[in-house]
Amino acid sequence: MTDANAAAAPSRSRNFIKTLEIDTRLLGMVGAFVVVCIVFNVMTDGRFLTPRNIFNLTIQTVSVAIMATGMVFVIVTRHIDLSVGSLLATCSAMMAMTQTSFLPAMGLDFGNPLIAPVAILVGLLTGAVIGGFQGWLVGYLSIPAFIVTLGGLLVWRNVAWYLTNGQTIGPLDETYQLFGGIGGTLGTTGSWILAVIGVVVTCIAVWSARRARIRHEFPVKPVWAEIALMAVGAVLILGFVAVLNAYEVPSRVLDRQFEAAGQSMPEGYSEGYGVPYSVLLLIAVAVVMTVVARKTRLGRYIFATGGNPDAAELSGINTRLLTVKVFAIMGVLCALAGLVASARLSFHSNDIGTLDELRVIAAAVIGGTALAGGVGTIYGAILGALIMQSLQSGMAMVGVDAPFQNIIVGGVLVLAVLVDIIYRRKTGAT
Amino acid sequence: MTDRSDTPLVEMRDISISFGGIKAVDHVSVDLYPGEVVGLLGHNGAGKSTLIKCLSGAYRQDSGDILINGKKVEIANPRDARDHNIETIYQTLALADNLDAASNLFLGRELVTALGFVDDSAMEAETRRIMGRLNPNFRKFAAPVKALSGGQRQSVAIARAVYFQARILIMDEPTAALGPQETQMVAELIQELKKDGLGIFLIDHDVHQVKRLCDRAAVMKNGELVGLVKVDDVTTDDLLGMIIAGKKPQHLAA
Repeated sequence: MTDANAAAAPSRSRNFIKTLEIDTRLLGMVGAFVVVCIVFNVMTDGRFLTPRNIFNLTIQTVSVAIMATGMVFVIVTRHIDLSVGSLLATCSAMMAMTQTSFLPAMGLDFGNPLIAPVAILVGLLTGAVIGGFQGWLVGYLSIPAFIVTLGGLLVWRNVAWYLTNGQTIGPLDETYQLFGGIGGTLGTTGSWILAVIGVVVTCIAVWSARRARIRHEFPVKPVWAEIALMAVGAVLILGFVAVLNAYEVPSRVLDRQFEAAGQSMPEGYSEGYGVPYSVLLLIAVAVVMTVVARKTRLGRYIFATGGNPDAAELSGINTRLLTVKVFAIMGVLCALAGLVASARLSFHSNDIGTLDELRVIAAAVIGGTALAGGVGTIYGAILGALIMQSLQSGMAMVGVDAPFQNIIVGGVLVLAVLVDIIYRRKTGAT
Repeated sequence: MTDRSDTPLVEMRDISISFGGIKAVDHVSVDLYPGEVVGLLGHNGAGKSTLIKCLSGAYRQDSGDILINGKKVEIANPRDARDHNIETIYQTLALADNLDAASNLFLGRELVTALGFVDDSAMEAETRRIMGRLNPNFRKFAAPVKALSGGQRQSVAIARAVYFQARILIMDEPTAALGPQETQMVAELIQELKKDGLGIFLIDHDVHQVKRLCDRAAVMKNGELVGLVKVDDVTTDDLLGMIIAGKKPQHLAA
């Protein structure tokens, strides 16, 4: 304790961050994200940071972000998964065929409330089985993950093609389409309730972590630091929800809704979209994956195996089975991402998820997941996905030529890794 | 002192193991009594590490039996070894560099809360308790073990063995990466563990160290056992002769 105080003198700001125990790398990523947003906002005369664009940016990010959380586990265990885009396509094809062909053939008509849940279940199962199978090839047969999933990249893309005969399958079930983004949102009131729940949970989490440390007589942060953390969390949550709520449903859409209900729209009536279900899904995935990573044995073993596979093995961890589990989780997340992606389009298309493997890996890596294994965070991967998507759609808004867009994204990926390497070398941290 | 009238704690009988036609261990038998330190000496590739890995569960012997407290046991993997209270401190330390001391200490045997989540604070508290006993200077509980010195890392590895109440401890060159002071710390610790009645296999290159720390020494060469001798009966030169020439000293050979 006295040491910390003595070292406080030289750098006040660093000490401030240290007291708050905020990850400086996270701070760097947030900084990069803010810079990207501001630059594009200036270049587009303020069109980038409108509620409408932020809403769109959010729902565009969800599919890649969901998969990126799984890619963190894969890369942390020193593997790679190049098949996620193709696997997404196969899962999406299975879900599309289930609701338009398999179930109707079994007597469940369009619009039946069972269609969406059954289709989603089939998709999740498909993802888990295929992912688990690839994991088995990697873990038990010791084929390098790079090869297994490179093969998978071709195999699953074309399994999807075969399943659908290459046709675009749609329109998809209405309930199913709720996960697409704009087609299914919580509305303003629901979103505010969610925000309040979020704030309360954040505060409780911070406080109970503190109480646990006090109970074991470990050093704790000063109370003001804890409160500052809570405040930052609350402002972020409330601000995010406020922005999404500020994006108003166009009046012609509302008009149509009232017409369908046989009423006329009152004068001056307006409605905000609020938080999309797809974003809710992403939040749920993020929370579950973070809990798995930090609070379960599975997560502990994933990181231990990534840090030192031999040590993990000698500690009695079944690293082969662990590989199967990690790839199965990846598969399930591909299915969820496929759900969001196809629901957003309102149909399944043959090229869905093409090149997603690169976006997903880039998101995880930009988010600080080390390809050498053992290091990575879920929130980092999501932030990485958000940064990638911001760059992409920002450049599109500014009117950068398509080839330059991809050239810049590629360059940014390499640069981000370089910065990360330099950062690690300087701090000597993990 | 060592009580030899009892059944041995560990008896490895006639162990053989080969890799691709090369006999890494060739019909070797060694035993270990409670409260005893048995040194395993030999060149690189003499087979000492391979032999001991059959006991720790990292390898499976092709033939031969392992007896614990006189009973024949099957050790197919590291978990089986742990179930027999065999703990191993590996040369490479077997720590996950990216995790902190507590996570490493409990790796594979995490403490969990009622809901099945890992209980980090409880594990850190236990780690602080055991480290307070083994290495009171240890402070870096939150840092990944990568940030620790060789001695600190070694004490984490030893703490793991001690915490889970090993009866049989295997130490694979525990002082190879350590400075003189840290080596001394490990030596004192070995004496203390001996008093608690543990049996310790100590794999080492250094004959002086073996002479100082061990009760008996087993010397191996080319996968075969040259001899199992009491260290008090031999000089360091005798031991060196056994390692290099593969011959038992004259006065014991008879």
